[in-house]
Amino acid sequence: MLDPHRIREDFPIFKRKINNYPLIYFDNAATTQKPKQVIDAIKDFYENHNANVHRAVYTLSQESSELYENAHEEVAKFINADGMEEIIFVRGTTEAINLVAYAWGLHSLESENEVLVTLTEHHSNIVPWENLSKISRFQVKYADVNNDGTLNYESFENAISHKTKIVCLPHVSNVTGVINDVKRVAEIAHDYGSLILVDAAQSVPHLRVDVKDLDVDLLAFSGHKMLGPTGIGALYGKREILEEMEPFHGGGSMIKEVTFNTMTKRCSISLNDLPWKFEGGTPNICGGVGLMAAVKYLKDVGMENVKEHEKILTEYALRRMQEHEKIMIYGPKDASLKCGILPFNVEGLSSHDVALFLDSYGIMIRSGFHCAQPLHEMFKLKSTARASFYIYNTREEIDRFVTLLKEIE
Amino acid sequence: MSAVEDYVARIEETCGEEKDYVVTFKYEKGNETVQRILKKAQMKKSISRIIFELTFGNVSFRLYGTGKAIFRNLKDKEELQKVLADLLL
Repeated sequence: MLDPHRIREDFPIFKRKINNYPLIYFDNAATTQKPKQVIDAIKDFYENHNANVHRAVYTLSQESSELYENAHEEVAKFINADGMEEIIFVRGTTEAINLVAYAWGLHSLESENEVLVTLTEHHSNIVPWENLSKISRFQVKYADVNNDGTLNYESFENAISHKTKIVCLPHVSNVTGVINDVKRVAEIAHDYGSLILVDAAQSVPHLRVDVKDLDVDLLAFSGHKMLGPTGIGALYGKREILEEMEPFHGGGSMIKEVTFNTMTKRCSISLNDLPWKFEGGTPNICGGVGLMAAVKYLKDVGMENVKEHEKILTEYALRRMQEHEKIMIYGPKDASLKCGILPFNVEGLSSHDVALFLDSYGIMIRSGFHCAQPLHEMFKLKSTARASFYIYNTREEIDRFVTLLKEIE
Repeated sequence: MSAVEDYVARIEETCGEEKDYVVTFKYEKGNETVQRILKKAQMKKSISRIIFELTFGNVSFRLYGTGKAIFRNLKDKEELQKVLADLLL
């Protein structure tokens, strides 16, 4: 079992007070706080190892390259990928999905093809496909969700066809916390000869994700939602798919050679090996180092413990919140179907009123559409307040949160 | 001569169907700002003297003792600037 009180000692930010109250941070679906192990790794990198990676022979660059490559390996092991060749470092989930859209989609999707997404999607898994469809003229289709926010698998099966070239879905919804059955969707997608791209921004930080067991083709996640720094994330791809894909950003590092042909007066380019072929320019080396420290921290805690702790907190919060008639909770009420994300409203108040009220007492929650406007429109909601938990949150914090919600009523 | 910018640190349009504005007042002027607003606006309700439900003309808003306010149903940022000027200057 995980001890959140012990874990909190690793997070310097919890010494802070906000408006003279102890900080209660319930916006973990947006970003997480950082343990001193991650902060120290970043500090150590800049104080002792900083240099640009690859193709330099001097000591510091060798050290920096080794750290950066180790970070890829560590992330690969964390999700059970077949080595660092299958892990491309990007800025975050959004960039990873855009990379797939433009490095794969631009060359593979034609007017007779379809991309199948779901209505539970974060905007980052809608906008790149809608944008690209204006260029390549393919159709974007949307699978429905049920009233409780769970994916409607029947609608999904009705929507998929042999025209579908890629299926995109979130592993865990960033609004309802619903865990989608990715393995089931992957099987159906593959039956139709389609690829599957998973937005795992809300699952990799909270569940044990095994890309082989799920049999997904592409999977994207962000470092900052799993204790790591902002500006770093990863795209996992099956090696054979990544090898087929064209590079997204051209520049240094992603090429082996650029030779000038004096006859044709043009340059010929030979691409670098995976994963570097997709990492043009100087990468976020320090971000990779910080992400590696975050992964090691989560491995020490144990992903099963992370999941169990969040389940306990979610069950408790659901029970306490349902004691109050004026609090409306959206999504399933069964904690085993979801991660620790709770969207809600308080009758007669806007979500922003609720968030500002709680902020006065040092409690940080998010309000609005959470970058998932189509899902809110489907639920006929103007916006929602959202509390989301992580390893350092406690039952005592939930008690305080619920007590204050009662006061605002 | 003082200006709205002397009191306001940040204005953010909320995300959601309700296009409200959240105004964060400058920390060092927080108390003065709250007092100025309370003098001019009409109080409908207060919770623990730290949250105030207020109206000013046709505009309804909520002011927090922590130096923030949420203004509802305004046409645009220009209208908000005008309301803030009337309240603060």
